[in-house]
Amino acid sequence: MAANIATLTDTTFDEEIKGSDQPVLVDFWAEWCGPCKMIAPVLEEIAEEQDGKLRIAKLNVDESLEIARRFEVMSIPTLILFKDGEPQLRLIGAKGKGQLLQELQAFL
Amino acid sequence: MSAVRDVIIIGSGPAGLTAAIYTARANLHPLVIEGEPSSTSDQPGGQLMLTTEVENYPGFVDGIMGPELMASFRGQAARFGAEYLTEKVTRVDFSQRPFKVWVRDDEYQARSIIVSTGARSLMLGLPRETELVGYGVSTCATCDGFFFRGHDIAVVGGGDSALEEALFLTKFAAKVTIVHRRGELRASKIMQERAFKNDKIEFLWDTVVTELLGETKLEGVRVRNLDTAEESQLPVTGLFVAIGHVPNTDVFKGQLDMEDNGYLITLGKSSRTNVPGVFACGDVQDHTYRQAITAAGSGCMAAIDAERWLESLGETENEIVETPRNW
Repeated sequence: MAANIATLTDTTFDEEIKGSDQPVLVDFWAEWCGPCKMIAPVLEEIAEEQDGKLRIAKLNVDESLEIARRFEVMSIPTLILFKDGEPQLRLIGAKGKGQLLQELQAFL
Repeated sequence: MSAVRDVIIIGSGPAGLTAAIYTARANLHPLVIEGEPSSTSDQPGGQLMLTTEVENYPGFVDGIMGPELMASFRGQAARFGAEYLTEKVTRVDFSQRPFKVWVRDDEYQARSIIVSTGARSLMLGLPRETELVGYGVSTCATCDGFFFRGHDIAVVGGGDSALEEALFLTKFAAKVTIVHRRGELRASKIMQERAFKNDKIEFLWDTVVTELLGETKLEGVRVRNLDTAEESQLPVTGLFVAIGHVPNTDVFKGQLDMEDNGYLITLGKSSRTNVPGVFACGDVQDHTYRQAITAAGSGCMAAIDAERWLESLGETENEIVETPRNW
């Protein structure tokens, strides 16, 4: 995983999200989810290209179900964009890079 | 504009990747435009990417996970020089040669084309179905089953896919109701036996889903018995639909001959379409067998057909090192 992608857990989530001065796109994922694996390289590219404007973080729902429950995640991959600690945008299902960037445009 | 290639393969399920293995080994340097990530089966790797254990692909005594199998196909073709573009083709022009394929504004040209875009799962087509995807309605049981631990859920359909999903979902759900519009299943005997034996699975026969209930997330479905016309509510928080497939052929409309249902037409016992030099393989041209192994077999046919076509053109600059005998 690219060095600039953070891993969040039930215990670190709040601190990391609230403490960020940049918007954070959280990828709710799991090992057993094919489409999640497919977007992983796409997210790595975006993390690199948008460095300084957008942070990308991953949350494994197997290990951190509490946070997934709090945001009522019922399908993965789900991507939620947080700004100033608040969820702003929710994207459900795997998407290509072009489509993801388009959806994120307003926050970049 | 890029150089004219010998072959472009559109789609990357078992058919497309088998065609890639064969054309790569024939030194045709295939470019595989493999599709883009999605949580539907219209994605790189195809329908097997959303499955778990594949038990009927020959060569794997203990079965193999669908995504793992497709990763192997992909790696095997890459080993012989197949190139990949993780994008979706947006437009094609097969009216003249070399054939043209576009990904948005980027144009690619090839002397031959292999179409292997497969098929995707049908949805019910009910109001608000798309909005509720991710809020109880799921297009991917393997992705979402986990979130329905202890819930009552429904699976719509009566074929192998429906039973496979239902059986997989019993690992999580308290109860799985299979809603099927007929009085008997289309699924294979082995899957039927497993489903009938499973205590968590119940059947609603001769029944269709008519309405999705719940405001922000799914809280139930309204169902109608087709014999009695009686309507009732089924309180489920999850709905998984496996009622059949539709071919991914929108981009080929007006370019390739297709049946009324959108499946591409191939000529005789070959992978040839109505356009000489354009070949089709896998589920995009097969609504009968629809197996990974039949798709892979037809991908091999398309590769051989394409190679012979290129030889007959005499245009290929590459030396053909393999002879058909070695295959």
